[in-house]
Amino acid sequence: MALIELKQVSYRAGDQEILQDVSFAVEEGDYLTLTGPSGSGKSTTLKLIAGLISPNKGEIFYKGQNLDSLDLVQYRRQVSYCFQQPTLFDETVKDNLALPFAIRKQDFAEKRAQEALKQVDLSADYLDKKITTLSGGEKQRVALIRNLLFRPELLLLDEVTTGLDEESKQIVHQLIARVHQEGTTIVQVTHDQEELAASKQLLHMEKGGVLK
Amino acid sequence: MKAMAVSDLSLILSFALVLVPVAISWKEKLGLTRDIFYSVGRAIVQLVIVGYVLKFIMQVNNALLTLLMTLFIIFNAAWNANKRDPNPNRQLWQSIMALLIGTYITLGVLLLTQTVKLKPMQIIPITGMIAGNEMVAMGLCYKVLATGFHDQRQQVLEKIALGADVKTASMTILRRSIKTAMQPTIDSAKTVGLVNLPGMMSGLIFAGVDPVYAIKYQIMVTFMLLSATGLGAVIAGYLSYRNYFNKRSQLREEQ
Repeated sequence: MALIELKQVSYRAGDQEILQDVSFAVEEGDYLTLTGPSGSGKSTTLKLIAGLISPNKGEIFYKGQNLDSLDLVQYRRQVSYCFQQPTLFDETVKDNLALPFAIRKQDFAEKRAQEALKQVDLSADYLDKKITTLSGGEKQRVALIRNLLFRPELLLLDEVTTGLDEESKQIVHQLIARVHQEGTTIVQVTHDQEELAASKQLLHMEKGGVLK
Repeated sequence: MKAMAVSDLSLILSFALVLVPVAISWKEKLGLTRDIFYSVGRAIVQLVIVGYVLKFIMQVNNALLTLLMTLFIIFNAAWNANKRDPNPNRQLWQSIMALLIGTYITLGVLLLTQTVKLKPMQIIPITGMIAGNEMVAMGLCYKVLATGFHDQRQQVLEKIALGADVKTASMTILRRSIKTAMQPTIDSAKTVGLVNLPGMMSGLIFAGVDPVYAIKYQIMVTFMLLSATGLGAVIAGYLSYRNYFNKRSQLREEQ
C-alpha cells in the first residue's frame, strides 16, 4: 500500500486551472523529486499532499485512507510541509522550537531541542538567540528542525535550499539525507542539481499535469 | 428640568452648525455635502421616532416591552458590528450572540447590585450605552482580525502545516484583536473627567443634578463599559476567527 496516492487530482484557484488529473503514488521510504517549469503545479501538489488545500476533483489517499475522512490536524503532524521562505515566530529560537511541543500539549524538552540544533550545526546557545539576529541560512535550519522535532512519516520540502549560502545548503542536505536514512519518506520540489542527484525518483510536471 | 429644555427655535438656529462642515466640504471640494445632509436628515428622523417610542414605552412601563426594546437595540448593534467585519465569511449570529451575552451579563450585574432598577427609563438608555460601546469594540476586533489574517497569512499557514489546530494557529492574531478592541475603553477610563465629561455625567449635570452625585453614575458607567467591551470583544473574537478557516481546518483563500 502506497504511503500517499493521488488519483485524478485537479485543483483550480479562481479561474485558473493549476492541476489537471494528476495521478501518482509515493511508497514508504521513497525520495521523490517533482521537477518542471515554474507554474507547472509542483508547490500546489505539495500543499495538496500536506492537506493545506483540498482538490476540486479527485482523491488523495494516505496509507489507503482518503484524506477527506481523516482529521487533517492530526494528519499534518505526520506529513510535514517545509516552506521555501519560512517565517520564524515570536522572539527567540526557543519560542519556535517550543511550538511543536505546545501543539502536541507536551512540555518543552530543552535537551531534545539542543540536540536538534546540533544536527544543523547550531550550538545550544542558539536557543536563546533572538530570531532577528539570525542569518537566512540559520533561519531555514531552525525552521527545518522545527518540522523535524517530532519525526514525520513524510517530509515535503518546497525549494528549501533556494537562496541559501553554500555552507547552510550542505548542512541542510546532510540533515535531509540523515532523516531519509532513518526512514522518513521525502517528496521535494527543487532545482538544485545536488538535491536532484540525491533523490531516487523524478517526476516531471508540466502545465498542471504529470508527464513522467 | 426647564433648564435643559431646548426650544424649537433654538434647535432650528443651531442647525447653522451643520453648515460649518458643509462649507468645509464645499471649500475643500470634499464631496461630502450630500452625505452630511443625508446623515443629519437620518439622525433627525431616527431620533424623532425613538423619542416617541421611548415616551410610549416609559408611559406603559411594561417589563416585556422594555425587554423587546433592549432586544431591538442589541439586534441593531449586532447588525452594524457585523457590517464592519471585512471578512466575506462573517456570520451575523456571532455578533448577535456576543452582544446578547455581553449586554445581558453587564445589565444583570447592574440589576443584581441594584445600581439600576428594572424601569424602562433606566434600562433602555443603559442598554443603548452598553450595546453602542460593544458594537464599536467588536467592529474594531473584526477589523484587526482581518488585518492580522492578511498580514500574517504565511505565519498562520506555517503553524497549520506544523500540525497546529486553528485556535493555536490564530492565537497571536486573536489576542491582538481583543486587546486592540478593549484598549479605547481602558484609555478613555484613564482620562475620564480630565479630558472628556462623558454623556451620562454631562446629561445629569445638564439636568441640574449635583456633579458629585453625577460622578457616581459615571463611575458605574466606566465599570459597565469595561465589562461590556471586554465581553463583546472576547466573544466576538473567539467566535469569528474560525470564519477564516474552512471545516477542514484549512485557511480560506483571500477574496
